[in-house]
Amino acid sequence: MAIEVRIPTILRSYTGGAKVVEGTGDTLGDLLADLDSRHAGLRGRLVTEAGALHRFVNVYVNDEDVRFLGALDAKLSDGDSVTILPAVAGGAFGFAAAAAIAQHALATRAGGRIPTAR
Amino acid sequence: MARYDSLLDACGGTPLVGLPRLSPTVPDGAPPVRLWAKLEDRNPTGSIKDRAALFMVRAAEEAGRLRPGDTILEPTSGNTGISLAMVAKLRGYRLVCVMPENVSTERVQLLRMYGAEIIFSPAAGGSNQAVATAKQIAVEHPDWVMLYQYGNEANARAHYETTGPELLHDLPTITHFVAGLGTTGTLMGTGRYLREKVDGIQVVAAEPRYGELVYGLRNIDEGYVPELYDATVLSRRFSVGTRDAVLRTRQLVEVEGIFAGFSTGAILHAALAVAHEAVRDGRRADVAFVVADGGWKYLSTGAYGGTLADAEDALEGQLWA
Repeated sequence: MAIEVRIPTILRSYTGGAKVVEGTGDTLGDLLADLDSRHAGLRGRLVTEAGALHRFVNVYVNDEDVRFLGALDAKLSDGDSVTILPAVAGGAFGFAAAAAIAQHALATRAGGRIPTAR
Repeated sequence: MARYDSLLDACGGTPLVGLPRLSPTVPDGAPPVRLWAKLEDRNPTGSIKDRAALFMVRAAEEAGRLRPGDTILEPTSGNTGISLAMVAKLRGYRLVCVMPENVSTERVQLLRMYGAEIIFSPAAGGSNQAVATAKQIAVEHPDWVMLYQYGNEANARAHYETTGPELLHDLPTITHFVAGLGTTGTLMGTGRYLREKVDGIQVVAAEPRYGELVYGLRNIDEGYVPELYDATVLSRRFSVGTRDAVLRTRQLVEVEGIFAGFSTGAILHAALAVAHEAVRDGRRADVAFVVADGGWKYLSTGAYGGTLADAEDALEGQLWA
């Protein structure tokens, strides 16, 4: 048995269009290395050069966020289900539009307490 | 029972009710594991967002950013828009909401009834067109004030000063707090307060997992994390799919008589997960979770009836939380 990994639309160019792929590994880091051996470039989209998970990538093991389970050191077992998603939280439209306006408002000094975009 | 000088004064102070039928059964002699629902649909416009809207407007007034007659601009099609519309009406401001033209008609009707003006962005152009529309509006009206709920500290502070103290007062034995993760304001504010007051408190986030359309970015760098978010406040974070959210939403009304929106179903799903873990480990648990709003605004989705698969299809591509 292996670990099932769900790939978001945005990263399926690395998996030949496959929504779900399988891999093995005792930790998330091992799993991503295993996947990269068959889907070259995938790991590079998820992990930064400094070796941390990309800020705008969320990875869930059995529906729980790996950042609270040890991140790349999170332990995996056969039969686990891993889901990868881009960070959009409450919805791409709301956030993208809000962020765009915030940046603009900051630039034009229209708003008072508007944070900088990260 | 209580009386208030105005509707704004009636914000918060919501009931915390036990769920004796949905709480898991524990073996004889084992410590109790109990679920408690914080009924945020009992706020003036029917959602938890009234707390944030009131605090954000007050903060802007105190900072001198908002003066009578000013216009507030907020990109929202949801509960925050409805809450802001009510607060703006009572405090003497004009509210303009920016939203895609394909939102449900009851949202539009509700916002207009409360006096908000709506600017639609074309549905066909997707999120990129919506961003362009929003940018254009801000350029044309540099004097409009955006409260920006995703980065406004008064959003989280509303929960630090009200939701958190209310929970601790009503449930001093609280062990877990579970809420939805959107702007992150509820979890950041309530979570920080409870962490300061309750040793070992678990702060648990339930994040809605939508259909694929919602994640249709062109690349990862278009992703977004709200400025308010601080992961160190959370103990755990669950991603809850549409099917589980619908299942729990229906269970909540069928078993305990609480008619809630789908985000509450997602929150209940996470609350039940931690409750059942406590039972397995033989630990005492008082799990308080947020009922974010009632189900009325979502009836037209059709997802309250039919099979779970039908409901899942009905909500595909929609922002149900």
